[in-house]
Amino acid sequence: MWKALKRLFHKLASPPHIYRLAGQIAPWLIVPGLALIAWGTYQGLFRAPVDYQQGDAFRIIYIHVPSAYLSQMAYIIMATAGGIGLIWRMKLAHAVAASAAPLGAAFTFLTLATGSIWGKPMWGTWFEWADPRMMSELVLLFLYFGYMALRAAIDDTAKADKASAVLALVGVVNVFIVKYSVEWWSSLHQGQTLLAEGGPKMSEGMLAPLLINLLGFTLVFGGWIFRRIRTEVLFRERRTGWVRRMITEAGATA
Amino acid sequence: MTAKLEARDLTLFRGERCLFNQLSFALNDAELLVLEGSNGSGKTSLMRAIAGLLTFDEGSLHWAGQPVKRDRQYFRQQFTWLGHRTGLKHDLTPVENLRFDSTLRARNDRSFEEVFERLGITRLATLPVRLLSAGQQRRVALCRLLLAGTPLWLVDEPFTNLDRQGRQLVLDLVGEHLATGGLCIMAAHHDIEVRGTMRRLQLS
Amino acid sequence: MSRPTAGIASLGSALFATARRDLLLAWKRPGDVLNPVFFFLMVCTLFPLAVGPSKEQLAFSGPGVLWVAALLSTLLSLNSLFLSDLEDGSLEQLLVSAQPLTVTALGKTLAHWLTSGVPLVVISPVVAITYRMPVQVIEVLMLTLVLGTIILSLLGAIGAALTVGLHRGTALLSLLVLPLAMPVLILGANTVSLAASNELYTPGLWALGAYAMGAVSLAPFAAAAALRITNE
Repeated sequence: MWKALKRLFHKLASPPHIYRLAGQIAPWLIVPGLALIAWGTYQGLFRAPVDYQQGDAFRIIYIHVPSAYLSQMAYIIMATAGGIGLIWRMKLAHAVAASAAPLGAAFTFLTLATGSIWGKPMWGTWFEWADPRMMSELVLLFLYFGYMALRAAIDDTAKADKASAVLALVGVVNVFIVKYSVEWWSSLHQGQTLLAEGGPKMSEGMLAPLLINLLGFTLVFGGWIFRRIRTEVLFRERRTGWVRRMITEAGATA
Repeated sequence: MTAKLEARDLTLFRGERCLFNQLSFALNDAELLVLEGSNGSGKTSLMRAIAGLLTFDEGSLHWAGQPVKRDRQYFRQQFTWLGHRTGLKHDLTPVENLRFDSTLRARNDRSFEEVFERLGITRLATLPVRLLSAGQQRRVALCRLLLAGTPLWLVDEPFTNLDRQGRQLVLDLVGEHLATGGLCIMAAHHDIEVRGTMRRLQLS
Repeated sequence: MSRPTAGIASLGSALFATARRDLLLAWKRPGDVLNPVFFFLMVCTLFPLAVGPSKEQLAFSGPGVLWVAALLSTLLSLNSLFLSDLEDGSLEQLLVSAQPLTVTALGKTLAHWLTSGVPLVVISPVVAITYRMPVQVIEVLMLTLVLGTIILSLLGAIGAALTVGLHRGTALLSLLVLPLAMPVLILGANTVSLAASNELYTPGLWALGAYAMGAVSLAPFAAAAALRITNE
């Protein structure tokens, strides 16, 4: 029983199988995801009621919140996959971690960009140093940069996988400490015009498009990860027979 | 009867290249294993993997019937490693260097004086290592083997930088080690003649 | 016939033997210890030149400047933490040693703190006086620097272990360690600022202390794991 499970697992996790599987799954995530985003964004921009405090400016939330959520999700995926790769010596897990990093960095950047565009009319400043969320997002971006730089600096893929996994795990602890310390820090700076904590609850008409966009972004993100995993697997397996066969077959049909 | 050190189906990749595949060997007390092969054949990698500096992709290593993986720390107490680099701090004297090593072990079979005498470096014992010639530094590094008194010696190219006398000294030391029931794995280009049982492993 | 296994030293003596060896090496090359200290002093000199020497300015920016300078000077000395050991092969000997690498890595980190952190703590009152800090604030500054440099050495050891032997490792080391060091900077500098404005500063000290304890107990494991990986 156990052996059969193990064999099944090995078959499922074999690179050619993952390559095919990821290719099959990706469009099923990306297409509905894009549709949801289109619908949610339309609803959010044109149908949701105007905020009585912020006017139309709040509508950036429909991009900002999903990307903030994914920026952290990507880090969790990266660190978890790295940990799995370290403990169970799974090469596939490392490929997942490597795929998640640039996506995470992109979403972190998007979060910071939309955040500061939103911050300008609301707080009167592009960047609010005393805001814990903004600061931890910035540190998160630096962590992504460090992670990718370390990966790029080590030539041997297996070594790069393991070293960057250690860094990602150390970074997880750091993210929490940053959040805590910046919260403590910002509590010292009284009188900042932060958004009211737990402020006015969102009305249903505002919330629904946000939920739709959250789901849409997550789907697209998932599909995108699968596409990147495909590329990673292909690159890592570039010297093996199945990749070579695939390339020659593709060349023959072209 | 099982051998003291047994390698079963060892496979090691470096990057894309397979250095050896399904390699097995066994070594008993009072035996020397000489790893032969041209440059880049994987001698050093095999030595490093036995020492635990690299991980085998497949296969397992057993010491006294127990898998080494189960208690790596225990296995590390069983061998002394002598690599390409001497592991000596150039600003410290041989005595200071070796005293640090032996503090980590807290057991010394022989006195420093005796070992220095044997290696012919008594006069150099209190000079900074950076003032010694490459061959003399190699001799200081060799002291480690005698001081540690572990059953297994892992020596990678021990003849580097040594003159003819020095090379003979290494062979004598290995012979004595085998005579007291020790094991030794050695990577070497040279043809080697040692008193005692010798096995050869050709890596290609 | 098999020989008895070689006995091993207790963990404590392994820790101190490693630290003592690195201290002995530092003693023989005092420049390696002094250069970061001079760097610290120079950075502290640069700030008044750049932002102006007025009394209010100095009192306001003093804690931050001292802390940033301490952070940068610690970074400066981190690169060599494992590099010379890698080059002469003694790192290899530590990796195959019968002693846990966690303990010997902690020993090296201890030596690093004693040779880079402690000199900064000792020299900091001199700079603080020129920045017109009152005595009770200087006491707090030194306390935060003691705790902070411990954390920086430990985090730095992880970074140094991850980048040892890499091409252009120094720049990469800073890129890895600086984000990790930000909370320490926030806690340290602001605790001193609070003390300077006569506010309650003890929570910051406690937080730094807790962070230091956490780092002492976890960072050596990460550094040891990183060393094994980068030396494969």
